[in-house]
Amino acid sequence: MGMNRREFVQVGLLVGGAGAAGAALLIKTNLSKETSDPTGAATVRRLPVLNNIRPQENEDMLVRMQRELVRAMAKPVEQRHWRMVIDTRKCIGCHACTIGCVAENKLPPGVVYRPVVTEEFGEYPNVQLRFTPRPCMQCNSPPCVPVCPVKATWKRPDGVVAIDYDKCIGCGYCVTACPYNARTRDLGEYYTDGAAVGATREPDRPVLGPHAPWEDKPNNEYAKGWDRRNGDSPAGNARKCHFCLHRLEVGQLPMCVTTCVGRATYFGDGNDPESVVSQMAAKPNSMRLLEHLQTHPSVVHLI
Amino acid sequence: MSHKILNSIVLVLWMALIIFGAAGLIERLRHGHESAAYGSYVVWGLWVSAYVYFIGLSAGAFLLSSLIYVFGVKELAKVGKLSLFMAIVTLFMALISIWFDLGRMDRFYMVFTSPNFGSMMAWMVWLYTAYTLLMLVELWMALRPDLARWAGQEGWRATIGRVLSLSKGPLNEKQEQSAGHWLRVLAAAGIPLAISFHGGVGALFSTLSARPFWHTPLMPILFLTGALVSGGALMAFVVAGFWPKRDEEYRRMVEYLGRAVLGLLVFDLILEWAEFSVPMWYGVGGEYALLMTVLFGPFWWAFWILHFGLGTLLPMLLLVLKPKQPWAVGWAGVLVAVTFMTVRLNIVIPGLIEPHLQGLQNAFVHRRLTFHYVPSLFEWQVTLFVVALGLAIFYLGRHLLPLTEEASEHAR
Repeated sequence: MGMNRREFVQVGLLVGGAGAAGAALLIKTNLSKETSDPTGAATVRRLPVLNNIRPQENEDMLVRMQRELVRAMAKPVEQRHWRMVIDTRKCIGCHACTIGCVAENKLPPGVVYRPVVTEEFGEYPNVQLRFTPRPCMQCNSPPCVPVCPVKATWKRPDGVVAIDYDKCIGCGYCVTACPYNARTRDLGEYYTDGAAVGATREPDRPVLGPHAPWEDKPNNEYAKGWDRRNGDSPAGNARKCHFCLHRLEVGQLPMCVTTCVGRATYFGDGNDPESVVSQMAAKPNSMRLLEHLQTHPSVVHLI
Repeated sequence: MSHKILNSIVLVLWMALIIFGAAGLIERLRHGHESAAYGSYVVWGLWVSAYVYFIGLSAGAFLLSSLIYVFGVKELAKVGKLSLFMAIVTLFMALISIWFDLGRMDRFYMVFTSPNFGSMMAWMVWLYTAYTLLMLVELWMALRPDLARWAGQEGWRATIGRVLSLSKGPLNEKQEQSAGHWLRVLAAAGIPLAISFHGGVGALFSTLSARPFWHTPLMPILFLTGALVSGGALMAFVVAGFWPKRDEEYRRMVEYLGRAVLGLLVFDLILEWAEFSVPMWYGVGGEYALLMTVLFGPFWWAFWILHFGLGTLLPMLLLVLKPKQPWAVGWAGVLVAVTFMTVRLNIVIPGLIEPHLQGLQNAFVHRRLTFHYVPSLFEWQVTLFVVALGLAIFYLGRHLLPLTEEASEHAR
């Protein structure tokens, strides 16, 4: 056996042709970084919210951010860049943001968008706590986006990293690619699955039922009604924080911002130099989580 | 008589395996991932490891068959078809393993209709699709002459022969030559393909900058070597244990395979030394801690006993001390091939158990949000179902297709 010259040439053609096709695909993919979102004037929202409330000194930060949000929404989508600034010194570790987010987005077991990391320093009597809320960092160099095999996730023109639940195949690759563990996997579970719904005559034998009907209520992520019944998306998908895009669209701040008891979370348009986030992000005590990984997060922490 | 008893015992064991496994399969199809132990932080577990393991066996067996056809290794000339068939069986096992891991099994086709060629995973899927097609055509080219000879005979062989060879009787000389020609061409074209797709599986892990444990340029090379070791060992076992005719040629064949496995084992050991010693040498850093967990953590025995003792040291001793004994080569082969699963587990899982943000595991507590992972019984069931299925396909192929010398002789 062994190969003759003609066979060798044919192998060369096969391998060379396949290699050239592959290289062409790779170049084409890397040249066109398209986004799946519309841009331009059509994306401008005319939100009438707060028109009748005049700015005043010492107003609640939420009112100011609300006003800035309306201003930002009046611009085409590519001209705003959503940012979040979290003041860890003001965070009291109440987890209201985590729970507010779970309620807003109807997150199932195993899925969390904004946990609050609690760290304890020192030994008695010199003990300190630090709370670090961790939403999606909405990185400007997101490691999770290029790994998706089916183009189901992308960076929006306004800076938010979005997922198309109708496309995601649930392979988990993006979940492994995120250094912040900000993506979680919806495995199609319910908190109340197998919970007691009644009692038999025997005292210690409760009747276990299917999950409660309120867990079937669709959520409104990406301004679409998502019904997880029958294992439909987003069940089976990767999920992550999206700065409550569906709320921004109707002139509401993200849920974690509005539920923050200590007003420790600031949110707004980083392209607006007058916005509170632009001012806060420039403080010398600002830092970005895992900055050395060069993911360039849109979320800044003040320490 | 004793042969019959042995056969029935094997059959009973296989039935037990497939029933036990099918229970897991039904659970997977009815309740999805509910009974699985992986979650949102350790997203990949036993099934991804099994996928990497099986696909490694496939790439290894395929590269062995290609070397035989392309370079005309005389000692192994007759192992080619069996190797090719094993490569297809193990590829099938790999693909269903990873399919069960998908959150949306119904959407796997999206990788074809909406591919992102910037993603290593998309490349991997496209490359092993090409690999599957190439192997099927190649196997057909390899078997067609014998199948066509069967077509001219009587009985069940004739039916199989006619259907599969698309020929009513033996091929003429020109057709046989053409089959041999395309067999060699495809085998040669398959070498870069197998190297790129299995190197690509390594790159799928190593390109992730967020996972320092995986993020090493050594990974694709390690995957390829691992594929050759485990696939070669599997073939050494299959040939030593299941070759029909135990003549002098058989003994030479097994000895040759044994020597190849020994050489590859040594090379793999050198790479493994680099993989462990470089990040660990000065005893500081995050990877040092992770590797210490692999070596001396709760699953120390997977590395030391299964991988190092049974999967490396013992087979090496067998191959060095008894290189001419088929039983020794067969045992060495099966030990290396089976225990290689621990190597795959020790790559996939440690890469995921270390959060960058310390304290995340306590931030929002749920069993799906921990950095601790041990495969659940259900996950093992599904994997064992895949194994049982693979064994069945191997058995059927060996009995129904002219894969070995004996079968070819029926054709003459």
